[in-house]
Amino acid sequence: MSNEMVGGVALSVVDRMIERYGTSSDAAIPILLGLQETYGYLPLEALQRVTDKTETTPNQVYGVATFYGQFRLKPVGEHIVRVCHGTACHVRGAVGISEALSEALGLKDGEDTTADNKYTVETVACLGCCSLSPVIMIDDKVYGKLTRKKVKDIFKQLEREESNQ
Amino acid sequence: MTAGQIIVGMASCGVAAGAQEVYQAFEQKIEATGAQAELSVSGCIGTCFLEPLVKVRGADGREWTYAEVTPERADRIVDQHVLAGEPIREWTWEEGVYKDAVEAFMGPQVRIVLRNCGLINPERIDEYLARDGYKAIEKAVTAMTPEEVIQEVKASGLRGRGGAGFPTGLKWQFAHDAAGEDRYLICNADEGDPGAFMNRTVLESDPHSMLEGMIIGGYAIGASRGFIYCRAEYPLALKRLDIALNQARERGFLGKNLFGSTFSFDIEVRQGAGAFVCGEETALMASIEGQRGMPRLRPPYPTTAGLFGKPTVINNVNTLTNIAWIILHGGAALAQYGTPGTKGTKVFSLAGKVARGGSAEVPMGTPLHKIVQEIGGGSFSGKPVKAIQMGGPSGGCVPATLFDTVVDYEELAKTGAIVGSGGMVFMDEDTCMVDIARFFLNFTQDESCGKCTYCRVGTRRMLEILTRICSGEGTMEDIDTLEELADKVKNTSLCALGGTAPNPVLTTLRYFRDEYIAHVRDHTCPAKVCRPLLTFSVIEEACTGCGACRRACPAGAISGEKKQVHAIDPNLCIKCGVCYETCRFDAILVE
Repeated sequence: MSNEMVGGVALSVVDRMIERYGTSSDAAIPILLGLQETYGYLPLEALQRVTDKTETTPNQVYGVATFYGQFRLKPVGEHIVRVCHGTACHVRGAVGISEALSEALGLKDGEDTTADNKYTVETVACLGCCSLSPVIMIDDKVYGKLTRKKVKDIFKQLEREESNQ
Repeated sequence: MTAGQIIVGMASCGVAAGAQEVYQAFEQKIEATGAQAELSVSGCIGTCFLEPLVKVRGADGREWTYAEVTPERADRIVDQHVLAGEPIREWTWEEGVYKDAVEAFMGPQVRIVLRNCGLINPERIDEYLARDGYKAIEKAVTAMTPEEVIQEVKASGLRGRGGAGFPTGLKWQFAHDAAGEDRYLICNADEGDPGAFMNRTVLESDPHSMLEGMIIGGYAIGASRGFIYCRAEYPLALKRLDIALNQARERGFLGKNLFGSTFSFDIEVRQGAGAFVCGEETALMASIEGQRGMPRLRPPYPTTAGLFGKPTVINNVNTLTNIAWIILHGGAALAQYGTPGTKGTKVFSLAGKVARGGSAEVPMGTPLHKIVQEIGGGSFSGKPVKAIQMGGPSGGCVPATLFDTVVDYEELAKTGAIVGSGGMVFMDEDTCMVDIARFFLNFTQDESCGKCTYCRVGTRRMLEILTRICSGEGTMEDIDTLEELADKVKNTSLCALGGTAPNPVLTTLRYFRDEYIAHVRDHTCPAKVCRPLLTFSVIEEACTGCGACRRACPAGAISGEKKQVHAIDPNLCIKCGVCYETCRFDAILVE
């Protein structure tokens, strides 16, 4: 077991994932998904350890980590905000929802994470809640039938809840 | 004292509409009042437009379904219905304001795939068993040979519900006849089409029906291992699958020597990691093998050499959900529905500018106008439905003039669209068809795996042209180039992603060419969507000077004194449309 730390999390997490999913090369994606859930992203040190300890190759692991939309190689904020840009959301104003989000969180052009590292905003293809479009998902919770104003209200409400705690 | 049951619909759509809060409200109220009611959950019955839904079963056994329930309404439902035995009729499906809408939505449906959705608790196997659950696998294993199972599926005429429509019985036959010992069955639950949620509805509301179909498939083709490839964007579906798999193992529906036979079968869930191309079967298998999801050339087809090089069958969630029903009722029972070439039913996800959004299952052969007007209720805006988009990025737009077309693989292909996985996005006259084409190309060029040149580069060039047209900078020559590129991309791509990527462009060009021309020649967007082509101004006679738009404008482009007519500075205006959305007096003119 390794005692080394990466981003505040022990590198031994990698060993635990390998224990759970095995060392064969088809375990690569489950291991990486597990790592991302723990770290919030895929630290290079962790990827290196995966290739050292399993039958995968660096080429395969890095290839997988950069191919799939779910994986990130950079740290993210505390909460992930997913803005749905599926077809249904698009025709019902997802572009405006994204703008309202950036405004509510104070994100400028091209930025995806707030300065206080609290929120990271991601655009996703479809969350499958099309009948409630437009929708966003904050961590695992879906908010539907949004308007620009509702987006702002959601974050005001979240702030209030937090300051009450 | 009244005993009864309160069942809250808790699929993702219900939760997004506030079902969690409603559930908590019931929980607290039951505790506070000591009401004799059992609180339970169910999946989604399909009427997403009326969420959150709550069913109340009284001591007399009569069921009432409440729509659009809020925590406040929950409070009153317990007081009046559960405690005093007096249903609040105006809030119900059965007698309330929702009655007509529900009848129109549910009336034309034939529910085979959705047979249990919304009626059972997806996390309790006993509720599935009470509705003939796992009777079909028992019948198959104890009273039928694998060949007889395949024969029954063939007789049903069932074709793949993922979109391509390959005959399921034939696919099983190929795998069954293939050489070698090991075989695999994969359930494709990587529902990546934006605008489609038929698979999610089933997995969240009735996972056992799909699992039973998989086990029967495993028996038919002689597989001992199955995989469910489900996208990570569906956390609730993944959770319920996990629960269902454990329950099925505990009750002996998965594992070794099922029903005392020599047939053993188990299922593993593999999460997708966010790649649309993994819906393509060879890419999906590469992904399960731990590789990047890149399609490969066929043949060999997966039924000969698939996962880990072994014969493999890949079926869509909705295909598999038909199977148990076919085994119990016979193939002929399914084949009574549909057209000569397309049998059974089809689940559609109604979304976009639809009045009644949700999942609806109709017999094949149903004319589109019946789905659009009767079930979907037209558009939510009341404006005419201009077109529907079917089949997501691989499909096309069907204009209103062709709504007499019936749901049939071959008939729909003639329009340039496809039956597809079942996504049906409604569009009214405020939807710009050029913008829709651009939207889909943006999606496919982003999701192209990069293997084939025309798919990788061609879709990008097409997107650039469409973006140019949407900004009013396109030329008539651009439209020709677009058509030429579409043809090349279609014919030189290895897999269906590239092969069908141009469809949204081709169908919009075919039916809405005038909109393209308006963008290019007149520099206008008839639907008033493409922002670079719009100007915003204040209609002086209508403006009350309330200041709402001024406060809402993110660019500070609006000025005006209180109770005086306001004005928009065109040099500062970023054309975001916030003023138009904010104004309550229709005083913003968009041209």
